Amino acid sequence: MVRKICKYETGANMKVANIVKLADKNAFDVQGVRNDFSILNKEIYGKPLIYLDNSATTQKPNAVIEAMQKYYLEENSNVHRGIHFLSQQATANYENARAKAQQFINARDVSEIVFVRGTTEAINLVSFSFGRQNIKNGDEIIISEMEHHSNIVPWQILCKEIGAILRVAPINDDGELILDEFKKLLNHNTKLVAITHISNALGTINPVKEIIELAHKQGVHVLIDGAQAVPHMKIDVQELDCDFYAFSGHKIYGPTGIGVLYAKAKWLEAMPPYQSGGDMISSVTFAKTTYNKIPYKFEAGTPNIAGAIGLGVAIDYVNELGLQNISVYENTLLKYAIGILSEMPQIKFIGTAKEKAAVISFVYEDVHPHDVGTILDREGIAIRTGHHCAQPVMERFGVPATCRASLALYNTKEEIDALAKALAKVREVFK
Amino acid sequence: MMQDLHGLNELYQEVIIDHQKNPHNFKKIESATRVGEGYNPLCGDKVKLYMTMSDGVIKDIGFQGAGCALSTASASLMTDAVKGKTRADIEKVFEKFHKLITGGHEAEPDCVGLGKLTVFAGISEFPVRVKCVSLAWHTLRAALEEKKEPVSTE
Repeated sequence: MVRKICKYETGANMKVANIVKLADKNAFDVQGVRNDFSILNKEIYGKPLIYLDNSATTQKPNAVIEAMQKYYLEENSNVHRGIHFLSQQATANYENARAKAQQFINARDVSEIVFVRGTTEAINLVSFSFGRQNIKNGDEIIISEMEHHSNIVPWQILCKEIGAILRVAPINDDGELILDEFKKLLNHNTKLVAITHISNALGTINPVKEIIELAHKQGVHVLIDGAQAVPHMKIDVQELDCDFYAFSGHKIYGPTGIGVLYAKAKWLEAMPPYQSGGDMISSVTFAKTTYNKIPYKFEAGTPNIAGAIGLGVAIDYVNELGLQNISVYENTLLKYAIGILSEMPQIKFIGTAKEKAAVISFVYEDVHPHDVGTILDREGIAIRTGHHCAQPVMERFGVPATCRASLALYNTKEEIDALAKALAKVREVFK
Repeated sequence: MMQDLHGLNELYQEVIIDHQKNPHNFKKIESATRVGEGYNPLCGDKVKLYMTMSDGVIKDIGFQGAGCALSTASASLMTDAVKGKTRADIEKVFEKFHKLITGGHEAEPDCVGLGKLTVFAGISEFPVRVKCVSLAWHTLRAALEEKKEPVSTE
């Protein structure tokens, strides 16, 4: 069911300004896109900002920022509680953003979209609510060796609390999930598989559809961490048939503090609440409290209304450009970057999966990533150095940390060239 | 001659690079009477200190570990600086050194008695890296105080 857009919407439906229409189907007008992001004009230590830390967070198009500002300047009000004009308008805009998220990942119904703070909160919600209700002593949960801490720690805590067992599906030296080993871990005790769609540390794209099919054959539920995936590829949760899918707004050109947990309606109906308080209730007396219908049962308190609106506009922006176009452009850029960096003998890639997204982790000979990062920083280049909230991955590859350049729809070939040039400078410093 | 990359040549001076490549006192001391451990999990710098003390003076000191150039060079230069010193002397040096690297001074920094440690003067321009340089020193303090838990400067 696609929710009809109602007459109150203004800010949320604000025209996405300054988008240069694609001149032809085959050209991605990256300069036009860059004009939509004011921050890209910034200088760092007198050099143009070259922002290659998109897996950490993405920059926001002006339209997203303006929509959120407009909301606070002209439309601010609390949702779901008032009968005055501003409140109804805010409610409509908030719910319209939910509809946009539903359509974006092709969920069956808006009731399957729960607004949360981000992927981490989404996973915690599933662990707390679904996990405690359905996973018992002796049951098993499977994660992979390449997970982000947010898809490891909640399960560790849950397993410790209820006496369940956490199984880890191993990866090979290319950073790919070893599917045969994963299959061996699936058994009649397994209750949940929690796996990343795209690894933030390695860029590996996991065969999630196949994993879901294998798991479902055994009656096992599957949660997908989609934080890195949604900006780079079309997600269709019905086609994947996943039970839970989580993503963060700030990784797809939206604001921080907003994210989405998709879950099949039947699970949300059955699950107990996560946080409790206002909005998630139907009626409250001291004798008895009943809960609201889904998804509101899982949205306690005043939500991040501006954040949801911002996420909606970010989704509009991505849809306007077309995920297919973005994906093709980023892949071209990725190939170019790998080509250039492969020519540098000091660079060793960490994460060389056959199916890979535009996330490039590498080490630079005997120079620690932090030293590489500092030198690049002074050239205006922002990469991330460290363990990327994936310490097990670092351990697997025997490195304390890696350098990570992660690309987005506004990065250019020239920026990759500048990265290579700056990396050559590292050798000058560390002769 | 490398052109100035916004203070990078202040930070990564030849002395520092040398000490990173060939750190002094890079050894484990089996008979150590004091041991200290430092770890910065966010960046992965690790240092383990071994010391033998006699009459309140550091007779021998060694370190092991892995980390960025600054943390390794800092540990190396530190071990040179504190050998043969008393705890009181070391505290004085630590205080001066800490002021130097955190840029906590109005006028010119007081470098008297710091010797080769002054190579780290440039680090105050790179506040995010101060923790790398100070890790070895906080580990030293923990070893002198016989702390059991590893320390961190994060």
